[in-house]
Amino acid sequence: MSQVKSIPKKAVQQQKHDVVAKKSATVDETKGPRNIVEKIWASHIVSQTDGHPAIFAVDLMLLHEVTSAQAFQTIEQRKLKVKNPERLLATIDHSIPTRQNRWEIYDEAARSQVETLRENCKRHGIPFFDYDSGNQGIVHVIGPELGATQPGMTIVCGDSHTSTHGAFGALAFGVGTSEVAHVMATGCLLQEKPRSMKVEFRGSLKKGVYSKDAVLKLISIIGVGGANGHVIEYTGEAISKMSMEERMTICNMSIECGARAGVIAPDEVTYNYLKGRKLAPTEDNFQEAVEYWETFRSDPESKFDKEVVIVLDELDPMITWGTNPSQGIELGKPIPNPKKLSDLAKKDLEAALAYTKLEAGKSLVGMPFQWAFVGSCTNGRIEDLRIAASILKGKKVAEGVTMYVVPGSESVRAQAIEEGLDKVFENAGAQFRMPGCSMCLSMNDDRVPPGERCVSSSNRNFMGRQGPDSITHLASPATVAASAIEGKITSPANYL
Amino acid sequence: MKKFRPISSKVIPLPKNDVDTDQIIPAQYLTSTSREGYGENLFRRLKDTEPDFPLNQPRFHGAEILLTGYNFGCGSSREHAVWAIQGAGIEAVVAESFADIFANNCAKNGMLLVTLQKNIIERLLKRAETQDVYVTIDLEKQVVTVNEGLATEKHYFEYDPFRKHCLLNGLDDINYILSHDKEISDYRERNEKTWSAPSTKKNDRALAIAGTKN
Repeated sequence: MSQVKSIPKKAVQQQKHDVVAKKSATVDETKGPRNIVEKIWASHIVSQTDGHPAIFAVDLMLLHEVTSAQAFQTIEQRKLKVKNPERLLATIDHSIPTRQNRWEIYDEAARSQVETLRENCKRHGIPFFDYDSGNQGIVHVIGPELGATQPGMTIVCGDSHTSTHGAFGALAFGVGTSEVAHVMATGCLLQEKPRSMKVEFRGSLKKGVYSKDAVLKLISIIGVGGANGHVIEYTGEAISKMSMEERMTICNMSIECGARAGVIAPDEVTYNYLKGRKLAPTEDNFQEAVEYWETFRSDPESKFDKEVVIVLDELDPMITWGTNPSQGIELGKPIPNPKKLSDLAKKDLEAALAYTKLEAGKSLVGMPFQWAFVGSCTNGRIEDLRIAASILKGKKVAEGVTMYVVPGSESVRAQAIEEGLDKVFENAGAQFRMPGCSMCLSMNDDRVPPGERCVSSSNRNFMGRQGPDSITHLASPATVAASAIEGKITSPANYL
Repeated sequence: MKKFRPISSKVIPLPKNDVDTDQIIPAQYLTSTSREGYGENLFRRLKDTEPDFPLNQPRFHGAEILLTGYNFGCGSSREHAVWAIQGAGIEAVVAESFADIFANNCAKNGMLLVTLQKNIIERLLKRAETQDVYVTIDLEKQVVTVNEGLATEKHYFEYDPFRKHCLLNGLDDINYILSHDKEISDYRERNEKTWSAPSTKKNDRALAIAGTKN
């Protein structure tokens, strides 16, 4: 039994306090203890008029091919310039193939998206990480990898998983294409101050249980809309012990409970990760940067609008059974069968089970499936590949299962090859592919066929997410790898 | 952006919670570089798998208001979701609540989102199962009027005053932000020394690493 301590709703609501209420950001909030969200917010307010949203400065915007073309059109139609090309970084990830000859895109629209971004970047002087630049990859993998993501920054991208960058103590969130255009033209956004929520992960994870499991547990408790309007700060012993890769997985999934962003205060782990990265401060001024970054930490006694505590010691690996990321259980537990539900919630539950062809009351252990996917901005980093490889080493992927291992970036791929992980995957019968978003969202050639089931290290199990009528079970890379060996859903504990 | 005017329409009922943007428009339809042409793939899967889905029924043709449950628009940040809804002729969505990024995207496209209490939403969705429900939304007064024969019920809804001003006057954010150009330059100057401000030198580094030639 995992011990989950979640503050009851009533208690949580009573903790609402006034700091967030209205009033301008810059004046009052310099007094009294402030949390990390308030500190980053306050340091990025350009202007605030009562009754209006704040003008909020953006330090870095990441671009990819799917949500940027219309934004370039907007600014060009208005005869505006890209105001701060030095604050933009672009790459291609969503609609590109992950086979070897990936530059040959057969889908004309997808090819045009890629070419459009390449041309737009060239025209506006924006760094563009193209195929074989050595740094192409999923935007949320390459930002941190290049050291472009840094503590105290504000980062946006036309992609909801921008929350990933919060692992570095940055305030990072997804925006739509209109807002991408606003940032291009002005370097700023109109923003309402977000509310804050503290999630404390206590204790430590058992062997075979990872940060993916911890965040899936959180989402299963608070629901897909549980953090709407809030930025989550993740704290606690378990977080302190995590690597940057693990922290990124947690922050990445913040959006799956509706949070605007997820943040983790920077510490030695963060600084060690950044040191020596291509776009990080150089050695001669690194210490000075660290001193600045150190200021972005919640003060003791600082308040949050909501607080949740989760004890992780007894947590087992998580897996989703339904059609949104909150519909998850610990492996071995039965699919819930709640009695008290509104008509609407009951219908949603029935629809989810009908879609995934499962029954309430039953466990998922032993469920056969056809596809296994390790990759995505959630779990496509080197550490994720190492974990999958450690389980697959000397083993074979079960007959009837197709396994894709898709590195999050060219640099992750190169590192994996250097460590010989490619051989491990190939010997196991898995496909080690080229970097991109791949099978996470069925925008490219990598799709789960209709009616087939995939155990996936990605972030969303929405209906049709991995392909029309495909069924997704979200899990950690370890659970994906162990299950792939058996051809049935299983716990990685037996393989570690 | 066009100015928002009161609308009266039959509602299109979508009795679901947590409708995600992958359901609104699946990713495989996002490969266009334009803002047009997404309407026909709005709720593509529901249209293909549920013959009774309202958008398959002629009696909902031309309806401009969508009625749904809790946390509508969760998931991906794709603005294509808003373009698809607008492309299908829908001007407003009435729901118990909305996901943040989706709500933001709607505001930037002149699409009105109205939040009503759970019990009202559930009652209206129930009623829509057996009969047509007609609704008028007046943003100026922040009132939703439900018409049923000779009887009407009125529900006040909350709406951010700044957003209301923008919607009613067809204003978008770019001009508002641009009008603060001086403050933006001052801010950048003040913060030039902080570590979060990339220098031109750093841009050169990024361009060099990317191998981008300009």
